[in-house]
Amino acid sequence: MLGRLTIEAIPLYSWVAMGGAAVTVGGGIAVFLLITYLRAWKVLWTDWLTSLDHKKIGIMYVVLALVMLVRGFIDALMMRAQQAIALNNEGYLPPEHFEQIFSSHGTIMIFFVAMPFLTGLINIIVPQQIGARDVAFPFLNSVSLFLTAAGAGLVLISLAIGKFSTAGWTGYPPYSGIDYNPGVGVDYWLWALIVSGVGSTASGINFIVTIVKNRCPGMTYMRMPMFTWTTLCISILIAFAFPALTVVAAQLALDRTLGFHFFTNGDGGNMMLFANLLWIWGHPEVYILILPAFGIFSEVVATFSRKRLFGYKSLVYATACIAILSFTVWLHHFFTMGSSANVNAVFGIATMIIAVPTGVKIFDWMFTMYRGRIEFHPSMVFTIGFMVTFVIGGVTGVLLALPPADYLMHNSTFLVAHFHNMLIPGALFGYFAGLNYWFPKAFGFKLDAKWGIRSFWFWIIGFYLAFMPLYVLGFMGMSRRMEHYADPNWQPYLIVAALGAVCVLLGIVCIAIQLYVSAKNWGSARDLTGDPWNGRTLEWATASPAAPYNFAIVPTVRDIDAFHDMKLGGTAYQPAAAYEDIVMPKSSGLGPVLGALSFALGFAMVWYIWWLAALAFVLALVCVGIRACDDESEFIIPAAEVARIEGAHLGQITSADMHDMRDFQPVGPASGAPLPGRA
Amino acid sequence: MSETALNSELLEHEEKKSLESREFGFWVYLMTDAVIFALLFASYVVLSKNSAAGPTSRDLFDLGHTAGETALLLLSSLTFGLATIAMTSDQAGRVVQWLFVTLILGLGFLAMEMLEFHGMIAQGAGPGTSGFLSAFFTLVGTHGLHVAFGAIGICVVIGQVLVKGLTLPVRSRLVRLGLFWHFLDIVWIGIFSVVYLPGVM
Repeated sequence: MLGRLTIEAIPLYSWVAMGGAAVTVGGGIAVFLLITYLRAWKVLWTDWLTSLDHKKIGIMYVVLALVMLVRGFIDALMMRAQQAIALNNEGYLPPEHFEQIFSSHGTIMIFFVAMPFLTGLINIIVPQQIGARDVAFPFLNSVSLFLTAAGAGLVLISLAIGKFSTAGWTGYPPYSGIDYNPGVGVDYWLWALIVSGVGSTASGINFIVTIVKNRCPGMTYMRMPMFTWTTLCISILIAFAFPALTVVAAQLALDRTLGFHFFTNGDGGNMMLFANLLWIWGHPEVYILILPAFGIFSEVVATFSRKRLFGYKSLVYATACIAILSFTVWLHHFFTMGSSANVNAVFGIATMIIAVPTGVKIFDWMFTMYRGRIEFHPSMVFTIGFMVTFVIGGVTGVLLALPPADYLMHNSTFLVAHFHNMLIPGALFGYFAGLNYWFPKAFGFKLDAKWGIRSFWFWIIGFYLAFMPLYVLGFMGMSRRMEHYADPNWQPYLIVAALGAVCVLLGIVCIAIQLYVSAKNWGSARDLTGDPWNGRTLEWATASPAAPYNFAIVPTVRDIDAFHDMKLGGTAYQPAAAYEDIVMPKSSGLGPVLGALSFALGFAMVWYIWWLAALAFVLALVCVGIRACDDESEFIIPAAEVARIEGAHLGQITSADMHDMRDFQPVGPASGAPLPGRA
Repeated sequence: MSETALNSELLEHEEKKSLESREFGFWVYLMTDAVIFALLFASYVVLSKNSAAGPTSRDLFDLGHTAGETALLLLSSLTFGLATIAMTSDQAGRVVQWLFVTLILGLGFLAMEMLEFHGMIAQGAGPGTSGFLSAFFTLVGTHGLHVAFGAIGICVVIGQVLVKGLTLPVRSRLVRLGLFWHFLDIVWIGIFSVVYLPGVM
């Protein structure tokens, strides 16, 4: 009846694991009780969970990402603590538990922090940047969100029921095969990936179509804001790369569940096939995480340098180049696994070539800042911190791209330091910059800048303290993922790294305080105009938070910095002569239902509860069928209602709130001319 | 014009736009599906010689049987095309007839495939036998699963044509389902030429 699910699944084997389970279950119960206490279930269901509004879906994505960030970071803290003390002793974590922690840390940070964070920001902003009223497929968008949440749920529940994978976030066979790993851990990992991976693929398709089809008049491709450009590129990457993840995870699941021989040691399996398929997804994935952050940095650096983005075209081409090249380098993740010298050389050179367009971008951002009037807003500070730190990571990356050098540093902590050096500044700092930058657009009030700056300093100092020692340790010969070690020379570095992790913890606490303080004082930091930073792109033309339809009148664009152009031309904040009826999608409860069903499907597959798996699958098909027969999924907001909403928004804007644009008036006939006195 | 008429006109206009997006989106979806098949093909090519002392493709494949499957599937593509032509001339009855024929042919294909799988498993050549057979069953089975979903889709669209008639959204679904069905045909031709044909040569 319950497959292999028995009472043994409760993690009584270690007090640390019990603690984790207790915190997870307790947290779930606390949230449940809080919502019940606030009598918020109805509001939560009707206004949020069933909403197809892309801005609300985006906010839910970001909330998911922040919750999972805390979970993933606790894993990191536990690993750093273990390694700081485990010189010639077992530390406080048994090996098998330590292995679960590094596996879940990587899995969570990539799939359930970075992916939902960037998808959330894209959801909130991209339709507004291209002058659209919604994404192309609002319902699919909701399904994607809940599939991602279902995957996250599977990882979370593995803490309380059963165990998580011990095979690392890449799960290489044969170790992850059924012979060496008969428990449920790898299955949890696989089904979390499969379920959330399908959601990500759907998001990719959705945003390709949204950007290709829903741009407002005049928004040609070469007038799209950089963030939209990076979104288009990564959506294409997602559509090409994520199927590979689905295939490789399904194959491993078939090996494990039905005794297939894709990757087994004997019977004609080939485990190198796994490494290739995984990294054909995995390397583009790195750029899927980083390119949107590059887009955010581009928006932030132009806005807070008070200048047009330098080298827009080169940034577009660099982004496209990176996107294409990202498919040509996957083998550098396993130089040491037996390819010939020539094959390694080809992939090594391709890897080094990617540094070129990335370097172009760094120079473009620096030239944007050059002679700009820089304002040290938290998002700008994160951007500057990124530029300095990311270059170091790039240099170590080029080092690792040399196959002979890679043979020495493969699987050492040097590698761990390198990819954290790319992903923390390159992705996470970008998302934090985006959080600080676009928060008013989502909620209508600004985040507290003081706590934002503090969080930045703790993060960046913590980052250097935590990862610079790992570079050194890599050269000293320390392998990654060591539960304990015998070399006393390593310990001082590992203690410094642990202090770095504590520092990052303070950074996360600062973000929590920032959110709390800002929410408490929201009245004094309201954004009435919808344009708190004197922004340049179209998302600042809407109200903050934007009306459900974003734009009452679909704007017409004639410049890259469309809204800047409107403010200069005096066409911003003008009421329309007449408003028209607007068609919007109706809410749908099928998104959360499909998410719950795929969670049940994944859980059932993990525990071999076949009847539940079959039931969940059939019910999911029925849900899709119901949706496929629904031809009345839209409703009309009448023109009078639009006029009322717009009137209320424009009525609260006084001329004192508007930005002084006199400094920005172009000199000479060219609209792209440099600003007076600064160029 | 009354307000409801205006509203329905606006809704219809938005619906057209949305259906246009759906068709483009469906092409993108088919591309992601094509990537899945491409990687399953690649896996098969890598593993096709790994029969691990078990039966090889030469022992198992029967080109005559495969030719029968191919004939059924190609013919079903033709009949789906005829359904689409009937749709453009607004003959709802014809559409249903041709879709029904397509469904029968598709189910015939599935039955032949099940027969083949059953025969192989019965002679001890199931997917758990060797890397070669794992890759074979996964590739051909994934295609078969797609055909099964396509068959469900045909049932749903037949129902919609009967209940709603050839409305704009139903036409759009019919066209997209047609794309899906023809796509599976192309994949099958790939399977025939990469799996079966070299398998018996």
